[in-house]
Amino acid sequence: MQDINWTALIVFVALFLFITWLGFAAAHWRKGDLDLLHEWGLGGRRFGTFITWFLIGGDLYTAYTFIAVPALAFGAGAIAFFAVPYTVVIYPILFLAFPRLWRVCHKHNYITAADFVRGRFGNRWLALAVTITGIVATLPYIALQLVGLQVVIGGLGVSGTGYTGDLPLVIAFVILAAFTYSSGLRAPASIAVVKDILIYITSFAVVIVIPIQLGGFANIFAAVPPAKVLLASPGEHTWGAYGNYATLALGSALALFLYPHSITGILSASSGGAIRRNAALLPGYSLMLGFLALIGFFAIAAGVASRPEYAAGFKQFGNNFAVPALLLASFPAWFVGIAFAAIGIGALVPAAIMSIAAANLYTRNIHREFINPNPTDRQEAQMAKWVSLIVKFGALVFILFVPTQFAIQLQLLGGIWIIQTVPAVLLGVYTRWFNDWALLVGWAAGMIAGTAMAAAANFTPSFTLAFAGWTFPGYTALYTVILNVVLAVVLTPVFNALRETPADATVAADYRA
Amino acid sequence: MDQTGERRSGWSWWYLLFLIQFVAVLWPPFYNSIEPTLGGIPFFYWYQLLWVVIGAILTAIVYFATDD
Repeated sequence: MQDINWTALIVFVALFLFITWLGFAAAHWRKGDLDLLHEWGLGGRRFGTFITWFLIGGDLYTAYTFIAVPALAFGAGAIAFFAVPYTVVIYPILFLAFPRLWRVCHKHNYITAADFVRGRFGNRWLALAVTITGIVATLPYIALQLVGLQVVIGGLGVSGTGYTGDLPLVIAFVILAAFTYSSGLRAPASIAVVKDILIYITSFAVVIVIPIQLGGFANIFAAVPPAKVLLASPGEHTWGAYGNYATLALGSALALFLYPHSITGILSASSGGAIRRNAALLPGYSLMLGFLALIGFFAIAAGVASRPEYAAGFKQFGNNFAVPALLLASFPAWFVGIAFAAIGIGALVPAAIMSIAAANLYTRNIHREFINPNPTDRQEAQMAKWVSLIVKFGALVFILFVPTQFAIQLQLLGGIWIIQTVPAVLLGVYTRWFNDWALLVGWAAGMIAGTAMAAAANFTPSFTLAFAGWTFPGYTALYTVILNVVLAVVLTPVFNALRETPADATVAADYRA
Repeated sequence: MDQTGERRSGWSWWYLLFLIQFVAVLWPPFYNSIEPTLGGIPFFYWYQLLWVVIGAILTAIVYFATDD
């Protein structure tokens, strides 16, 4: 490993100390009674358009995204750009469906998607399915944020053998756990503002300075192997890479806002209008993500992979080291400190929101539903605080003792699992037509088929369907959610004939402004 | 009175604008080419980045044209 980069390290640590102070101070921001779950876990639903923009942006565009998307471009080329159509199609979905979800949740004090499903369909088992899906999809996602943090700590030259090597990661995580416990969602909301400003500064610098250093975009793309610049044209009797690309984008888009951390971010907004406005404003982040994907190509053109000083980093972190290596090669040390801090803090914001979201789910939809149905407000908030600690500790143990590859595979499965809640949650905000048990059967079928297909495809996102001599490689999540919806539609009349439908706790007016 | 009727259904024809961006970015044959390049960036890349901007504008139009 290279020597410690002291200038960069000092800037990095200084920025970390600043956000640590900010995280604790956030408890007093827009002060509320943190012994109430909606105050601790949703920031009192008080964030306006501006803070919501930072919060959701900081929540969805994570450190792992900033490392992994360019790494995919670096390794696999054009396919990595699916992140752009993906983020183009998520915002109409946000605009149309989620203000409705916000309103019904505000009206009934629902904190989680599972709370909504419980009220809408009156079936605790269906709500439990949504809860468990949310929790298991979130845990590996938190672990992957740590991978982002690990990569930049490694890039600073901080390394060691055995447990001392993991010490910086452990310290960062203890800080994260402490301020999340004490300030709840207010902590990541305030830190997100700092993080996003740093990320924007870094991306502008990267997109302007590096192409100049490398002699312009034409030179950069000339250095990229031609097979990586475009998607491969499909051969005979297949939709090939085109279908793969489009289904990845669409399936990822359908899944994104169903992740518990997305829903927590959305429900913490102060109004449905704030969410609608953000659907038009959040593409600012998508534009940045698109430029960042190009960084993978910058790294190819800069030839960082063949430089001896980065060999150890690539050996340890694989293609994920492409971004840190490029930043180290292109910028003075003090700016590297800022850029790495942006990525590192970019790991803490979503990790905090994810752990809060998982804690809200456990507290509301498992503990309250199945263990202690009548907690006091204080007990409920206290339970959530403890669970957020346990969740983060679990993610830390996972990343320290389990190979990273396993976390990546589980996160991939997480996308396939979370999309199975589309019928109950996303379609549920529009219609109560579906039978609750039909939804549960559809969910189970999607979960089982999705997991089996992913395993058969060796834990890659694409599964190839063959039909009438044609092949259709595509995103497993999208294929299996179609199976899920079809089953739910077919079985709804069957179950309706067999048993009485539970009452809907919501009425049509709850969904409108 | 008409307006209440429209609100009750929760549907607006303006929402059809969203379809444009779905089709534009989810059909790779439209844009899987190098030429024409823009400032050295292949069409594949700048076309999709451009649609991020157009998508935001379409969403803003729908925002101002429809009631909350």
